[in-house]
Amino acid sequence: MGWISPRTLNRLGMLNMNRRNVDYIARYNERSSYPLVDNKLKTKLAVAEYGVKTPRLLQVVRQQHEISGFREMAEDLGGFAIKPAKGSGGKGITVITGRDGDDYIKASGSRLAAGDLERHLTNILAGLYSLAGTPDVAIVESLVESEPTLARFSFQGVPDIRIVVFRGYPVMAMLRLATKASDGKANLHQGAVGVGLDIGTGRSLNAVQFNRPIVLHPDTGHALENIDIDAWDEMLEMAARCYEATGLGYMGVDLVVDAKEGPLLLELNARPGLAIQMANGRGLLPRLRTIERLKRPHFTPRDRANYAMEVFAAL
Amino acid sequence: MKPRSRLPFYIGVFLLIAAGISLAVWRHVELGIPWLTGEQRPVWMIEARIDFDAANSAVQASLNVPEDPPGFRILMEQAASPGYGFSILDKSGNRTAEWTKRDVSGPQTLYFKAQFVPAETVSKNIPSREPSARNVFWEEPQATAVREVLAQASERSSTPESMTRELIRLMQPDARTQNTTLLVSEENYLDLLVDMLNHSGIPARTADGLKLEDARRRQSLKPFLQIYNGEQWLTFDPNTGEQGVPDSLLLWRQGSASLLDVVGGDNSEVSFSMLRQTVPALQLATMEVDSNGLGFLSFYALPIEEQSMFRMLLLLPLGALMVAFMRIVIGIRTSGTFMPVLIAVAFVQTTLVPGLIAFLSVVSIGLMMRGYLSSLNLLLVSRISALIILVIFITAGLSIFGYQMGFNTGMTVTFFPMVIIAWTIERMSILWEEEGAHEVIVQGAGSMFVAICAYLLMSAPLAGHLTFNFPELHFVILGLILLMGQYTGYKLSELKRFTPMKAYD
Repeated sequence: MGWISPRTLNRLGMLNMNRRNVDYIARYNERSSYPLVDNKLKTKLAVAEYGVKTPRLLQVVRQQHEISGFREMAEDLGGFAIKPAKGSGGKGITVITGRDGDDYIKASGSRLAAGDLERHLTNILAGLYSLAGTPDVAIVESLVESEPTLARFSFQGVPDIRIVVFRGYPVMAMLRLATKASDGKANLHQGAVGVGLDIGTGRSLNAVQFNRPIVLHPDTGHALENIDIDAWDEMLEMAARCYEATGLGYMGVDLVVDAKEGPLLLELNARPGLAIQMANGRGLLPRLRTIERLKRPHFTPRDRANYAMEVFAAL
Repeated sequence: MKPRSRLPFYIGVFLLIAAGISLAVWRHVELGIPWLTGEQRPVWMIEARIDFDAANSAVQASLNVPEDPPGFRILMEQAASPGYGFSILDKSGNRTAEWTKRDVSGPQTLYFKAQFVPAETVSKNIPSREPSARNVFWEEPQATAVREVLAQASERSSTPESMTRELIRLMQPDARTQNTTLLVSEENYLDLLVDMLNHSGIPARTADGLKLEDARRRQSLKPFLQIYNGEQWLTFDPNTGEQGVPDSLLLWRQGSASLLDVVGGDNSEVSFSMLRQTVPALQLATMEVDSNGLGFLSFYALPIEEQSMFRMLLLLPLGALMVAFMRIVIGIRTSGTFMPVLIAVAFVQTTLVPGLIAFLSVVSIGLMMRGYLSSLNLLLVSRISALIILVIFITAGLSIFGYQMGFNTGMTVTFFPMVIIAWTIERMSILWEEEGAHEVIVQGAGSMFVAICAYLLMSAPLAGHLTFNFPELHFVILGLILLMGQYTGYKLSELKRFTPMKAYD
């Protein structure tokens, strides 16, 4: 592996970390909006008012003594996910798919005793997974049943779709597929596969794992070049809507497609990563600058999604 | 949203950096604080020795001492003379060292020592009152000879300086005519010259100079001629006519006062010994700080204890600069933003290798203990608290162990900030559980690397010298850090990370 010259990167319009931080995140994201995206519970409540669906909220565990109530509630549930509200990067998320006697079955197939789950909740409340180590709350959500056509591309874990939204316009998207290396998580730096998606059509462009281009999924062996996302314009509109809900100018919107409910918002990210550009094989800068140059922004999420589909398919 | 103009910011940063540099240059020029450590300056130590025989009565010896010799500055003066009262008097523009004692007999020796620093300052050789030529009465036949010689010199000259030069040339043995041979004898040459110049209307006087040569003893003063050209006193070598004071010449006595007066003694004579010393330029500068108005800008006036604290504190910006550079421009990942600086500060106190060994052993023992703590399922706060106590135990254990083994490196462990180490251990172990050993090694090695770079920068003698003696240079560091905060270019690591994009070019 060699080096790439800064001039080539400029020509490709690659957004880099420093420019993202200075020119986009710092300039377009209000500090006061951060708690909204850094806290999944607040996100859920905020976007719900703008008609963005999220996985159903089953319970919120706020206090240590509420943990006993959790067991009662979990009695009659098949599958659910426990998440720290202020967690980042998928840290502390435990997905339970079923029961076996007193034990719970994790998505990976391993078992967890009820005591283990309670300890996990205690850790979440103490702030083990929260960004600044501050006390947190645990939220229990209904399990997302991944849409089967997409699910077969992923090794365990639910594939999700990351869309970068700039001033309400969806500018770039990728599909993230868990791998054995990423331990069922959809984080690219842990080894998940990123598949770039054509913003105009929702078709796959090319794929990367650990920043290197790949053609086949390393675990499932599926070819990654002919993926086509259903209900693509609906998803783009959902992503565009999150702008109104949060006011964040530059963010990453993570969506999943549920078999029954369709697209759901998983979480928002005020500091989305840069790997999406490598999955797409395109730099973000030309698209971001197109939006910055717009004299009359579109008002409705629908219009913005349409504009993006029209203009960015070519860029 | 229109992006705010960055121009005021850049102007501000430019002003900050310019202010820092120009303040430093100004102080360097004014106070002579050297740019480099270990810079040496020559200093002349001159000792005047006065010998006389006391005649069993009260004695008063006065020696004319220099005040503002051209090309030099007095650093220090002192007198050594047992049993004598001593003071330096200022008598109508002439500084005089005066020794006094009642009832003295026998041979006496008095010493006066002074240190002189060569200085480029323009000497204030301008008298407060305009001197005037004194009248000289000549008897015949000298009067005629003087008149003729002066007429001859004046014919070939236009200014008092050239007049003086011509006159000296005419009086030289090889150029002598009948007139001059009549006038000049061995003893009266210089006095004659002074008289003749005064007679021609040019105020003139004698001065005594000391030729500076290293480690010379029993030197005597060499007479020089000074004339007043209407603006200032000018010095001439009476034998060659050369104008000006040579570099190696110290004018000990200027003006009309006599060099040595001894009341109550006879056979008095004065002789000089000299020594060329070198003094660190910095010491020279700190000695002069009090006398200079710029002194308030430096730390030298603080108590030593505070000074040594600031010495350490003022190094921190360098560490911060290094961290900013490594993270923003190079793109090295560290665990905890400024942990490397704190580790580097500890290294500065422990020196690198013992510090590194101590730090790594504390962290690795801590990581092992943390493994046990995590199986206890404690709440976060109490886990960190327990870890802090464990870290203190580990450092205490290492210190005692090290001491028993005969290394005092064990003791140096205590310089590490315990809470920071506890947090580092906690963060590393969480990182290990969540992201795997690879990420721990990447971030741990990154932190160590940045800490070592920061240490190397902070422990460089020049860095310590500049940050402490030129605190205004921190403006420059601040400016650089602010500029780096605006850097939107690619990090070095990104040039590697984005390499696969070559395929799409």
